[in-house]
Amino acid sequence: MGADPQGVLTGVHFLDGDHACCEGAIAAGCRAAFGYPITPSTEIVERIALRLPLVGGVFVQMEDEIASSIAIQGAAWGGKKVITVTSGPGMSLMMEHVGLAAMTETPCVFVNVQRGGPSTGLPTLPAQGDMMQARWGSHGDYEIIAISPNSPQECFDLTVHAFNLSERYRVPVLIMMDESVGHMTERVTIPHAEQIEVESRRLPEGPKEEYLPFAPGENLVPPMAPVGEGYRFHVTGLTHNEKGYPVMSPDVQDHLVRRLLDKIRLNAEDIAMVEEDQIQDADVVLVAYGITSRVVLRTLHLAREKGLKVGVFRPVVVWPFPEKRLRELAERVKAFVVVELNYGQVVLEVERIVGGRVPTVLVPHGGGALHNPEDILRVVEEAW
Amino acid sequence: MKNQHINPVEPYLRMDRMPHIWCPGCGIGIVVNCFVRALNQSGIDPDLVSIISGIGCTGRIAGYLKLDSFHTTHGRPIPFATGLKVARPELKVLVFSGEGDLVSIGGNHLIHAARRNSDIKVFCVNNFTYAMTGGQVGPTAPIHSIATTTPYGSYDRPFNLPFLADSTGAVYVARWTTYHVRQLTRSMVEAINKPGFCFVEIIAPCPTIYQRRNRLGDGLEAMRYYKRYSRVINGANTRMVGLELKGPIIVGKFIDRDRSTLLEAMNEEFSSKLGARYQPYPTGVVR
Ligand code: SF4
Repeated sequence: MGADPQGVLTGVHFLDGDHACCEGAIAAGCRAAFGYPITPSTEIVERIALRLPLVGGVFVQMEDEIASSIAIQGAAWGGKKVITVTSGPGMSLMMEHVGLAAMTETPCVFVNVQRGGPSTGLPTLPAQGDMMQARWGSHGDYEIIAISPNSPQECFDLTVHAFNLSERYRVPVLIMMDESVGHMTERVTIPHAEQIEVESRRLPEGPKEEYLPFAPGENLVPPMAPVGEGYRFHVTGLTHNEKGYPVMSPDVQDHLVRRLLDKIRLNAEDIAMVEEDQIQDADVVLVAYGITSRVVLRTLHLAREKGLKVGVFRPVVVWPFPEKRLRELAERVKAFVVVELNYGQVVLEVERIVGGRVPTVLVPHGGGALHNPEDILRVVEEAW
Repeated sequence: MKNQHINPVEPYLRMDRMPHIWCPGCGIGIVVNCFVRALNQSGIDPDLVSIISGIGCTGRIAGYLKLDSFHTTHGRPIPFATGLKVARPELKVLVFSGEGDLVSIGGNHLIHAARRNSDIKVFCVNNFTYAMTGGQVGPTAPIHSIATTTPYGSYDRPFNLPFLADSTGAVYVARWTTYHVRQLTRSMVEAINKPGFCFVEIIAPCPTIYQRRNRLGDGLEAMRYYKRYSRVINGANTRMVGLELKGPIIVGKFIDRDRSTLLEAMNEEFSSKLGARYQPYPTGVVR
C-alpha cells in the first residue's frame, strides 16, 4: 500500500539524518510520538513537534524517557503507528519498555542516535557502543529488530522500513543511528506517496468473542485488535496464554517465549538486509555497519589500489544478524575484519557465526571520532 | 437499580478467571464492586472503556475486568494511559493501581499527568504498604507504622495524596474509604464523566499484611475503624487531610474545577498560532 500523501514531503531536500528520520516516520504513517530531549537525537523530536500537528498527528513531550517509551505503547494499542527517540542514557531508561513491547507484541519504533558512553559519555560525538544493549538490554529472552542507517537518505528509507517491519512482526524495532549520521546533511530524495510501500498490522477476523489476542497467525504473528471495538481483550507483561491471561507455568512460559523468539528467528531471511561491495573475489572481508560502513569504503578503495582483494559486508539490519549470508562467505574467504565504533560488540556475533573457520579480527575504536581508513588498511594487510 | 435478581457486577468481570488472587477481607474487591456499579451508572458504553493497571495487588484489577485492559509495568500505567488517550480521545481511559505503583515509582508521571490535565481518571487504592511483595514501607505509610523494611517504625513523612493531586493540577480530587461504598461509587461516576485529570484515593484495608503487622485487626475491624474515625468534609482544604496512624480520616470530594484538557489546550494554542493550517485534533470532550 502507498503512503498517506498528507505526510509525504515529496521532492529533493538537504536534510540531516535526524530530520530525515522524522520525515521517514511521518511518511510511514506515524501519527503519534512521545519523546524527551537528549543530544544528539533532539532534532528529531523538534521536527516531529513542528510537523505532526500539520498532518493530523499528535506529539507530547513527556516527563522522561520512561514515560515516552510506554506512552508510545498506549498509543500503539490505540491503533497508531508510534515512535520515540533518544540517545544512550535515555535508551538505558527505556529498556524495560523494550521488553514490555516484545512481551506484549506491541509494534513501535525506538530511535537511538548513539553517542559515546558509558554514562553521560560524549553527548555530542558518535559511537556505536549500544549495539549489544539494543540486542540484550532488557531482561529475559526476547528478540527485536535493529537497523543501522549510514546516510540521511537511509534515515528516511529505513525509518519507513522500520515501521513496516514493526507492524509486520509486532515487535519493537530499534533504529540504531549515531551522532555522525544524525547530524550529517546530505541530499535526501523523498518519493511520491504512492511509491512508498507502507504496511500495517493485520487485524483479526471472525467473531469478537472468540478472538485470541496472542494466538499465532501468519509468520507466528497474532492479528492485533484495536481497543474500543468490543473485543475486550487483556494485555499483560506477565507470562500469558493465547487469551492474554496470566499463567505462571513453565509450559506456558516455554510456549510463549519460544514463539516470541521464533517469529523473528524463523523469519530472519525475510528480515535480513545486507549490502555488499566487491565481495565476489574478496579474500578479506570488512564487516561494518552504520557510519563505519562508509568509512571502510575508503579502506576498500585504498586496498584495491594496492591490488588487495578486499570486499565489504554490511549488515543493514544488524539484529537479527544476517547469519546465513555470513556463513556462506566464511566458507570461501580468508579473513574477516570487523570495524566498529566500540571495543568489540558485533564482532562477537561474527566470531560466533564464523566459528573459527577463518580468522576474525576487530578494529576497535572508543568513539568520539571515526576510524582512520588507513589504520583499518594496516589491519587488513596484517590479516593476509 | 431495578431487577437485581442477577448480580449486576458479573457481566463486567472475567468470570473465567475466578477465583481471584485477593485475600479474604481485602479492600480491593470492594473497589472493583464499586467501580462496576459506577460504570453501569455512568451510562458509558463499556466497549469504549480501557482499564490500565501497574504492578501490585491493586494492579491485578485490570486482569479481572471484562473490558479492554492493560496490565503494564511497575509505576507506568499513567503514561501508558496518556498515550492511549491521546491516540483515541473518544475512549474513557481509566487507571487503577496502588499507591506504591502510582506515587512512589510512578510519582513523576502522576504529577506531570495532573499538571498537563491528561484526560484520564486515576483510582488509587491506598493500603499503606507494598502488599504484593510482602509488606514493605510505602510512600503513604503513616509515621510509626511497621513494615518489613521499617521494623522499628516508619519515620519519614508520608505523602498526603489529595494535596499532591490538588497542588499539581487535578481537576477532580476525592478520597473515600472502602466503608463509603455509595459515596465512592458516586465519585467514580463523577470522575468518569468529568473531562480532565481526576484523582480518587481509596483507603482500603490490607488485612493480611498492613492491618496485621500494625495490630489494626482484620478486614471487618478496618471497616469499623473507617466508620468511626472518618469525617466527611466536602471541599476540605487538601493541605489539612494528611493521615496519621490510628488518627482520623477526612474523606469527601475536595476538588471539582474546570480547566482545558491536554488536547483542548493543544488545540487552542495551535489554532491561535496556525489558524486554518491547523485541523483541530479530536479531544473526546463535550462541554
Ligand atoms: S496482600 Fe493485602 S492488598 Fe494484597 S490481596 Fe492480600 S489483603 Fe489485599
